[in-house]
Amino acid sequence: MSDAAAFEPRIVAFFCNWCTYTAADLTGVSRMAYEPNVRVIRVMCSGRIDPEFILAALREGADGVLIGGCHPGDCHYIEGNYKMLRRYRLLLKYLRAMGVDERRVRLEWIAASEGDKVQRVVNELTWTIRELGPLALPVMPQPEGAGASEESALAEANA
Amino acid sequence: MSNNGNGRTNGSPRIGVYICHCGINIAAKVDVERVTRFAETLPGVVVSKEYKFMCSDPGQELIQKDIREHDLNRIVVASCSPLMHEETFRKATANAGLNPFYFQMANIREHVSWVTKDKDLGTEKAKALVAGAVRRVSLHQALEKKRVDVHPDVLIVGGGIAGIHAALTIANSGRKVLLVEREPTIGGHMAMFDKTFPTLDCAACILTPKMSQVKDHPNITLWSYSEVTKVDGFAGNFTIQVTRKPRYVNEDECVGCMLCIDSCVYKQARVDDEFNQGLSKRKPIYIPFPQATPPVVVIDPETCMQLSKGKCKQLCAEACEKHAIDFNQKEEVIEVQAGAIILATGFKTFNPMRIPEYGYGRYLNVYTSLEVERLVNASGPTGGEVVLRDGSKPKSIAIIHCVGSRDHKTNKYCSRVCCMYSLKLAHLMKERSNAEVYNFYIDMRTPGKGYEEFYDKLLEEGTHFIRGRVAEVTDWALTDAEEGKMIVRVEDTLVGMPRRIPVDMVILSVGLEAQPDADDVRRLFGVSCSKQGWFTERHPKLAPVSTATDGVFLAGACQGPKDIPDTVAQAGAAAAEALAMIDKGFVELEPNTAFIDEEVCSGCKSCIPMCPYTAIKRDDEKKVAVINEALCKGCGTCVATCPSGAAQQNLFLDEQIYEEIEGVLNYV
Amino acid sequence: MTYLYYPGCSLKGTGKAYDESLLAVMKKLGVEQQEIDDWNCCGATAYMAVDQDRAYALASRNLALAEAQGRPNGKPVEVLTPCNACYLVLLKAQKRLEEDALGKRKLAGALESAGLNYEGKVSVRHPLDIFVNELGLDALKEKTVNPLNGLKVACYYGCQIVRPYSTFDDQYDPVAMDQVLEAMGAETLKWPLKTRCCGGSMTGTIPEVGMRLSFIILKEAKKRGADVIATACPLCQFNLECYQNEMREEFGEAVDIPVVYFSQLMGKAMGLSDRELGMQRLFVPFAVPAASK
Repeated sequence: MSDAAAFEPRIVAFFCNWCTYTAADLTGVSRMAYEPNVRVIRVMCSGRIDPEFILAALREGADGVLIGGCHPGDCHYIEGNYKMLRRYRLLLKYLRAMGVDERRVRLEWIAASEGDKVQRVVNELTWTIRELGPLALPVMPQPEGAGASEESALAEANA
Repeated sequence: MSNNGNGRTNGSPRIGVYICHCGINIAAKVDVERVTRFAETLPGVVVSKEYKFMCSDPGQELIQKDIREHDLNRIVVASCSPLMHEETFRKATANAGLNPFYFQMANIREHVSWVTKDKDLGTEKAKALVAGAVRRVSLHQALEKKRVDVHPDVLIVGGGIAGIHAALTIANSGRKVLLVEREPTIGGHMAMFDKTFPTLDCAACILTPKMSQVKDHPNITLWSYSEVTKVDGFAGNFTIQVTRKPRYVNEDECVGCMLCIDSCVYKQARVDDEFNQGLSKRKPIYIPFPQATPPVVVIDPETCMQLSKGKCKQLCAEACEKHAIDFNQKEEVIEVQAGAIILATGFKTFNPMRIPEYGYGRYLNVYTSLEVERLVNASGPTGGEVVLRDGSKPKSIAIIHCVGSRDHKTNKYCSRVCCMYSLKLAHLMKERSNAEVYNFYIDMRTPGKGYEEFYDKLLEEGTHFIRGRVAEVTDWALTDAEEGKMIVRVEDTLVGMPRRIPVDMVILSVGLEAQPDADDVRRLFGVSCSKQGWFTERHPKLAPVSTATDGVFLAGACQGPKDIPDTVAQAGAAAAEALAMIDKGFVELEPNTAFIDEEVCSGCKSCIPMCPYTAIKRDDEKKVAVINEALCKGCGTCVATCPSGAAQQNLFLDEQIYEEIEGVLNYV
Repeated sequence: MTYLYYPGCSLKGTGKAYDESLLAVMKKLGVEQQEIDDWNCCGATAYMAVDQDRAYALASRNLALAEAQGRPNGKPVEVLTPCNACYLVLLKAQKRLEEDALGKRKLAGALESAGLNYEGKVSVRHPLDIFVNELGLDALKEKTVNPLNGLKVACYYGCQIVRPYSTFDDQYDPVAMDQVLEAMGAETLKWPLKTRCCGGSMTGTIPEVGMRLSFIILKEAKKRGADVIATACPLCQFNLECYQNEMREEFGEAVDIPVVYFSQLMGKAMGLSDRELGMQRLFVPFAVPAASK
């Protein structure tokens, strides 16, 4: 593992166009500086975020992923954020089984007026992942080792 | 589906990348030169350039020239937020003959330079975002915007001076307006005021003619005592549900003669009169004020004997020759269509009970400024005579500024109107009661035409000004002179000492707050609001009456505290914006709808229940899902749900997003 | 419910009558209490001004002790804190432990060095809060044998009980003490100085300022016809009661009025003896007027 002081996490964020992306613009307009580790990808709705995007980001080298949507009840498309919430819950189970610390993937509802929340959440996530260190995805298990890896992941989850 | 509009996009992508300095806004925290050189190395990039202001005409011309000279077929601009200038650059791209959707923007101002302290780190982040955009744009496809006809009518919500002015402006242009007001009458706060600053025009004299114009205008439909309860659709074609509350009086029959009020079984008026701020009483059947518009009485079901107890002699109904009274009237829900919506829902005044040290509600002779507006009003509860609740006439009056404004415990913002209306009330109180008037202020804020001159006039009139935030209004006397008075305790910051000023009357200049249900209303119309509840404009400077939702505009104090001149100006602007949209006749929709690849779709139906607009059906013959493009709003939820990748979203194709992910991560 | 009792230093010294009367009243009402073992000074306002970290550590030690001694019964620990200053300081310490991550770390270190640990399971309660919101006014009425009929009481709460935290009462116009004494038959004064500062420790350090603050309170209570001032704080009681002679000289106006603890008045209504209530410790003697019996 690399030197903790030199480690700078890479984080991909998926922000919905109407609330969180706009909030991030407001953070900028308000000149509220935050950690430069997040790269934002804009989608129209958090409901558009396929869990595979998150897995792809982790596979391609992201140490964490941030998902931003409108507050419950505020979705521009009525309920896309609820769909995202469901997928997120399932995804966390999957990540646990994979041995990925679930603190690396964070879902936040951030309204267009909450520029300060973007700053806070990005900073918190960056600091958390800095402490967790780089993401080391488990090596593809050998066929006979598959059960063992699942057990160890389970044991970790139960610990 | 990919219909390349210009015939030049066959073959591999030829990308032009343009990095904006935005003066020093970007350049201060991003090494633009380094990013530009970096972009050159990315696959597919043919030219990479930097420029001071990409959004300027020469900046746009630079792109257009390169498209022609270098035969570019993809454009990336790294500058501000796409919410700011995406349209600008799409148009520039289109003007050079390229399909505007072969364009992608990287946000290196709001998301990088303005939020990053270290220039090296900012540069790295900018490089990542540019790489993501370049990778993504390679897979962009040509798209066409869809045109939809616009319904020519306008809905205006709120019948204060903002709504009234906007309604008249639009109606005068020949367009139809539906004005919906929650109260039984239009007029809003302005109808309650006595005089207006700084000219001391009588508020009623300038407002009531406009109110009757609204009533009589052939192009305006006025629904008072009604609320919007549902909004569907989008810019150009909104479907709005309006709930009309029963007023138990047939509006078409009532002539406003008020014989019913005289004959009510309640001989004495016993109910607090809302319009007079509870300073007088009304009967269960009433008209808010003589010039109420529509001039129709209303029955309050909570205090009416017939409606609350089910038993009454119904003398009011007997007295009405037009038989307008109808105790069986029911709530009515009506659906209407409109192309544009103007929100003019106004404000409410701060409730000073939240600052208990000012004694409102505890001391009889502490008033809010709005109560005093009624008190000095010739048509108010005392006929304009300054008589206190205890029947006495005040010899000394304190006006406390900034109650619920510029206060970290309540509202941090300045309510903008209080200094001026406090001066106005100081003038009126002195004129009507000849009392000594003390203004307690933090700072005098009088920016406006004729405002500072008005302040000057007050200084000459002999009104006292004491600079300092009042600590407390109390009734404990230290000296005999203070006995029986209210004492205003304040630190006079100009003299540098605490003072006690005994007075007979205290006026609290209450600030402006968002309506208590602003959060519900903004949800209904799909606009956002600030933490204080003020509706958010699309851009504070350049789009002050538009909202993030196309076709919904803002007028007046619902967007933030405003005085009457500013409110009327903004209402005019909102009317003009709405008219501009309607007179164009059509709106263009972002081509980000979803579609199904029938070859791949297995007909599993997973997507169908995901769609909030029921835009997806299954073609049972072909055994595939079909998306109705007219109904699709482009959220992409079905796309994320589809297990086989058959559902896709224009502008947000899976592979475009994967490319962007890889781009922002592996740019080095 | 057994409350852990945190008397604080004053109730063992100048405010002994508060301690005696409160314990006697609670016994009569069947409220069980147990004094925290090995408690220490809360630090009051003075230490806070000198060294915040140490002051907080001092206060937190009491919270940690209470948690350790109260936890075994498995219920949340309620610390009964009659002194206004102690009450505020313990609340302040709790707030710091809850909200200030750095402050919490420092305090945890300090506690650890004393073999202690605080998990945040303590709730700090004022006796007025207990009487009104736990026992209820009906229980007080039930125990009243000599109602305080006709006695006009100026309830004086002091500042620290409601500022900056108002945990159980209105911040500007608290009513708990009025409710308690009204339930026992007294008439209470509507007056605006219920929470105005008495001068606090200023009476000792800058007497001309401190005494004036106390004087304003006494004068107003007397002017509004109060027979007695009831307090909930040992320092308030001391300031208001002990300088009345000096005030007469200083301000040329007599402000002689008895100043007692609210718990003493409760005790009188419940038929407890003067001894049990520490009435003999008062400088300005007070007896419930015969007319009110």
